[in-house]
Amino acid sequence: MAGADPQALKDTLLAAIGAADTPDALEAIRIEALGKKGQLTQAMKSLGTLEGDARRDMGQALNAVKDAVTHALESRRSELALIELNKRLEQEKVDVSLSHRPEAIGVIHPLSRTLEEILVIFAEMGFVVAEGPDIETDYYNFTALNMPEDHPARQEHDTFYMTPNIEGVRKVLRTHTSPVQIRTMEQMKPPIRIIAPGRTYRSDHDATHSPMFHQCEGLVIGDGITMGHLKGCLIEFCRAFFDVDDLPVRFRPSYFPFTEPSAEVDIGCNRDGGGLTIGTGADWLEILGCGMVNPRVLEYCGIDPNEHQGFAFGMGLERLAMLKYGIPDLRPFYDSDLRWMRHYGFMPFDPPSVHLGL
Amino acid sequence: MKFTWSWLKDHLDTDAEMAVILDALPMLGLEVESVTDRAEALKPFHIARIIKAEPHPNADSLRVCQVDTGNGMVEVVCGAPNAAAGLVGVFAPVGAYVPGIDLTLTEAEIRGVTSRGMMCSEREMMISDEHDGIISLPEDAPIGASFAAYAGFDDPIIEIAITPNRADCLGVRGIARDLAAAGYGILIPLADHQIKAKGKSDISWKLDLPADQQHLCPLVTGRVFRGLTNGASPKWMQQRLSAVGQRPISALVDITNYVMLDLGRPLHAYDADRIKGDTLTIRLAKAGEEMTALNEKTYALNDTMLVIADDDGADDLAGIMGGERTGVTNTTSNMFLEIAIFDPVAVAMTGRRLNIHSDARYRFERGLDVTSPDWAMDYVSQMVLDICGGEASEIDRHGVGADWERQISYRPDQVEELTSVVITPDKQQNILTTLGFKISSDGDQWQVMPPPWRGDIVGSADLVEEVVRVSGYHLIPELSLPRDRVVSHPAVSDAQKRPIVLRRFMAGRGLNEAVSFTFCDAATAEKYGGGAEALRLANPISTDLSVMRPSLIPILLNVAARNQARGEGDVAVFEIGPVFTGDTPEDQHTVLAGVRCGMISPREWTGSARPVDWLDAKADAIAALSALGVRVDALQVRLDAPGWYHPGQSGTLNQGKVTLARFGTIHPAFAAAHDLDDHKGAVAGFEVMLDAVSMPRKKTAQRPMAQLSSFQPVGRDFAFLLDDAVTAENLIRAMKGAGKPLVTEVTVFDVYAGKGIPEGKKSVALSVTLQPTKATLTEAEIEATSAAIIAAVEKHCGGVLRS
Repeated sequence: MAGADPQALKDTLLAAIGAADTPDALEAIRIEALGKKGQLTQAMKSLGTLEGDARRDMGQALNAVKDAVTHALESRRSELALIELNKRLEQEKVDVSLSHRPEAIGVIHPLSRTLEEILVIFAEMGFVVAEGPDIETDYYNFTALNMPEDHPARQEHDTFYMTPNIEGVRKVLRTHTSPVQIRTMEQMKPPIRIIAPGRTYRSDHDATHSPMFHQCEGLVIGDGITMGHLKGCLIEFCRAFFDVDDLPVRFRPSYFPFTEPSAEVDIGCNRDGGGLTIGTGADWLEILGCGMVNPRVLEYCGIDPNEHQGFAFGMGLERLAMLKYGIPDLRPFYDSDLRWMRHYGFMPFDPPSVHLGL
Repeated sequence: MKFTWSWLKDHLDTDAEMAVILDALPMLGLEVESVTDRAEALKPFHIARIIKAEPHPNADSLRVCQVDTGNGMVEVVCGAPNAAAGLVGVFAPVGAYVPGIDLTLTEAEIRGVTSRGMMCSEREMMISDEHDGIISLPEDAPIGASFAAYAGFDDPIIEIAITPNRADCLGVRGIARDLAAAGYGILIPLADHQIKAKGKSDISWKLDLPADQQHLCPLVTGRVFRGLTNGASPKWMQQRLSAVGQRPISALVDITNYVMLDLGRPLHAYDADRIKGDTLTIRLAKAGEEMTALNEKTYALNDTMLVIADDDGADDLAGIMGGERTGVTNTTSNMFLEIAIFDPVAVAMTGRRLNIHSDARYRFERGLDVTSPDWAMDYVSQMVLDICGGEASEIDRHGVGADWERQISYRPDQVEELTSVVITPDKQQNILTTLGFKISSDGDQWQVMPPPWRGDIVGSADLVEEVVRVSGYHLIPELSLPRDRVVSHPAVSDAQKRPIVLRRFMAGRGLNEAVSFTFCDAATAEKYGGGAEALRLANPISTDLSVMRPSLIPILLNVAARNQARGEGDVAVFEIGPVFTGDTPEDQHTVLAGVRCGMISPREWTGSARPVDWLDAKADAIAALSALGVRVDALQVRLDAPGWYHPGQSGTLNQGKVTLARFGTIHPAFAAAHDLDDHKGAVAGFEVMLDAVSMPRKKTAQRPMAQLSSFQPVGRDFAFLLDDAVTAENLIRAMKGAGKPLVTEVTVFDVYAGKGIPEGKKSVALSVTLQPTKATLTEAEIEATSAAIIAAVEKHCGGVLRS
């Protein structure tokens, strides 16, 4: 073996490595060259038969061949791995225009959204939420609100009555959220600053009336609270809610038995071109009723009207939602047509807030 | 309340344009509902005379007329039976739009004769339904003049909404008074007529009321008119009445209607000759008494109802409607006129019980000027005498008069205190006086007496409103509410926050938020455990909406069914709202409920679609409870879900004895009752009782220190052979109990029954996680825990480890 030619061995092995086209073929070459019985291994073993310089020279030459072969094996292995990977990637190709696995997300009802927007604005002004029952007594719904039996204003309420009990007492479905004013004033001492949203009921069913609808009541009782504060509070609300900084807001005298003086609030709108735009324009839209709490109502609640005064207001959530979001009809609000819900509903993860906006 | 522009100006001396007044009215609290200018539509119509009318050469029923339009002669083909030479009527030229036939006239050839215009009927001009022939005007009507002006149609009609407190504005004069106070003119004084009375009234009043019911009629006046001629009322009166929708009938009827609208003062006119006897008695009706009112309906009366009766019995429902038997007719020549004050509450109650709505009742129950029986009698009498001739008797007056005079203590400063508007005392005095208030002042302290027509004014706040209303609400400044802290407290309590958070959470899970009516039909309510008498509406709008809902499930099943009917087979909806177990506030409970049906996702290429099942409902319920902060791994499942769930695929989630939620497949029979076909996929639902979920006890932002073990957890799998009846919950509880404290999680990963498993048995495979906290587990520790688990399953669940 002393006659081995390192250069020829190298050439043979490198050529074989370069020709190997699978990892298995490459491994066979490695064993043939570097395995226990491999050519290089055998050549190294036979170095013992040489002497002196020849042994040293041959050793160096064989080591150089081994390095070159090892390196060539390594780089050929990487090349083959890359070819293999590219082949796999080619095989794994898909049509990415196909749809992803469906993920359901539901929507929030526009009434809930509207209510939350109202909460955000009044929370900023220091209001807290109060609640009351849907089935009310005649006292809370009417009498304590200065609407005694046979008050003409009662007739305008289209009241739903519950079946009278054995004593002949009949409860009502609250016709407005105003009874929450009374319940609150009975339980809290001034200062009071509440809003009371909820379901309300009137015996009326046509294109613009629903037997059930939603109102939001407001009540502020405190030292030196005047109709000026009422006006400021509601103008700020309207402008924030409709996001129109220069929204014209008009207060008009009106009548509610539980407020004195009373007002209705109109906002400016424009009906040019058949549409409806909230803001400066030739027309007015009535959106809520309000006034200074009638001294008689305070008396009913055990609050001395000579000591305390304040204001109250009430608004219809459906109307606010319809105006703000351009929802044309009332009836679908309660129909839960999925198509309507998806169109007019709201994403759950973007709730209204002060810092992110309404 | 309707009136015309000229009518208002009878009471208000003003130079203001109508547009200015229309803007002023709403700012006084008198909301303008509509303004109708009939002259605009009638502009092309002019008065014309038919000079010659000859038969149409080609049509028997038509005539060819030569019409003098005042502006030349025109040939017109006319089909009206009364088209004859000499008739003065109304002509519409070519180009005119005729509203009654919705047509703009063109030159038309009618059977070979060219017609250049049209002679019109009232219906064609849409001023009445009259269409028997073309309109026929008096001989002296001015040819060529505007028909609208001639007929009084150039007087615009204004309709305003009157709030219940402003009874004084149910007459034109009251509206004029408000405008005068606001500076839009001067209220013209009402003529003060002195009637030369002839003799005593042939008919006199008698008040026959129980001692404690005297307030039912505090004052009444009456007088007899003799020798009247009850023909048609004057043209101006007819025009005004027609304009506001009152059909002219006869002079006497028209006068009573006119005065009611003009002064807000309802009257009643009897035919004196039809009254039996010489006394009209104001009394309560007798039980069983009946009368036929002017609306020709007969009413059964009872002893709560105030009536006016002659010797033959009741024939007037006081303040509501007169009787047919004694009312005036077109031939009445002797009339007895009644002007009374009746108790508003009594009028309202009787009106409601008999379900009669009349203009009189509307005014009586809102409150009249309680002194009007005195001042109105001569005023109306003059009108009767002027129009119908004849003579009037002396006035017969009964009653003690209403106790209306009251003094209200008032300080001018109260305007600023209540509204932040500054108005000088002089200006305030001026406003109140113009409105009819009488003021006696002692420096800052005033005593204010409201006028008798303002029964709504009871306190100083009412006076503030009068002053500010008339001055203008635009004067109220805009003040920001004072804030006692810069950063507000939360607006909602923890309990109030829950529905808001849950709503977002459930929508995030793919459910859509519904808002539904809180009432349902009685049969449904009963099926779902409700329908109690106290929860039934006495006056439902329909039987479908007649009982307060006991559960949200039937409501949401309806939602699902409606959507399926529209072609949306896969429905996922929820609602957060009230359900009712009784009529007290404590019986109203807030519930979150949801219904899913059809497929959980649509069929698509990855094959992820699958039908909804009970597990989806359970997942929804558990997720909701977890969002509310409930430790859901400590909940107990019980098999006591109500009957609307599938008995074998439903359960409740409980904390001790308290049921927090229920879930499951909806019972197929219940689903079918809502027309939900469970072949399209199961219907599953859940209910979470928010009120039952207790609030977290401690309110602190601080959390306990996190305990994160640095030792690897170890997993071990077990499979047990068990009786079918053993629940997963019991099995897991036994294993967790035995594996304490190392076992942190036990999960079922396979349940199998069938081939290789004995009848009535099942194989359940579970993976157990052991989490050491102090040191890496040794094989001996793991073996000991495994042995304890196997022993516990055998002891508590009768399970055998499968090898």
